[in-house]
Amino acid sequence: MRPNLILHVVAKFVIPLIILFALYVQFHGDFGPGGGFQAGVIFSAAFILYSLVFGLDRAEKIIPARWLRILAALGVVIYAGVGIESMILGGNYLDYSLLGSNQIAGQHLGILLVELGVGITVAAAMLILFFTFAGRGRS
Amino acid sequence: MIDVLIDITLLAFLAITSIAILRMTNLFATVMLYGIFSLLSAGLFVVMDAPDVAFTEAAVGAGISTVLMLATLALVKRPQRPFYEEAPRTHRAWLPLVVVVVTGSALIYGTWDIPGFGAADAPAQTHVARYYIDNAMPETGVPNVVTAVLASYRGFDTLGEVTVIFTAAVAVLLLIGGRRSVKADKSKTQEKQDEA
Repeated sequence: MRPNLILHVVAKFVIPLIILFALYVQFHGDFGPGGGFQAGVIFSAAFILYSLVFGLDRAEKIIPARWLRILAALGVVIYAGVGIESMILGGNYLDYSLLGSNQIAGQHLGILLVELGVGITVAAAMLILFFTFAGRGRS
Repeated sequence: MIDVLIDITLLAFLAITSIAILRMTNLFATVMLYGIFSLLSAGLFVVMDAPDVAFTEAAVGAGISTVLMLATLALVKRPQRPFYEEAPRTHRAWLPLVVVVVTGSALIYGTWDIPGFGAADAPAQTHVARYYIDNAMPETGVPNVVTAVLASYRGFDTLGEVTVIFTAAVAVLLLIGGRRSVKADKSKTQEKQDEA
């Protein structure tokens, strides 16, 4: 029998729920409590749980460290890119009103994209921190 | 009535946890108590109707930082005894007590001027908060005013915050990321051999 069988089964059951909850917090942040920061942290918690239960090597196979570096930068680029896009459309930096057909639609799209950028960067940064700290003990 | 009871219970537990943290010498237990402290603060934020803040505190304070501190603890391999000798005492025991009592009284005296919790005429409510509450929905179409302020009205600040987190990740990668190269290890063993 494998060691920690209960832990493995429970983790496999819980991790999809955590990721689903993170996505809910991410995209429902306009209406309820939450947003990119919280969603990113919850999303990374799912992968941290996975690597605690199944080992760091298997977790790094799912999300290679190189991807995480790209993702962490990508989030900031999305956020800053939304600002530059609104400048190209003739508004001020990070003024989302011109992104959509009217002000409400533009603001909604802008906030959604910006929160997405925040979520990606936070999730990737937290995983980088965890993998770097936890992986340092290895040879 | 029930609110006051919950407040008093949470604050009492906060005080007990802080004293326990101060008196604890076991680092593992201290880290666990830090997590409990964060969770209690999150509960306090919920009671004060700030679910967004409570959410962040529970996820970051009680969750991620506890995991990171445990990972650090596993790295540094806590010693059995404290690795420093207690410095010889240069003052009487009543001196710190006087300092603490005077500082505490000054702080409590300072709270007398603070407006009551949720008071409508408090400066925090009368400045820009009114504008946000009145205009967030018609201007952005987002029902959660906190999200509207965070992502739209104060979007530039949030960009800064995201950059701070990105910078933290980059700094950690630069400082302790990346495996030590074989070459560096070799030169180290050579140094040791040279010393011997």
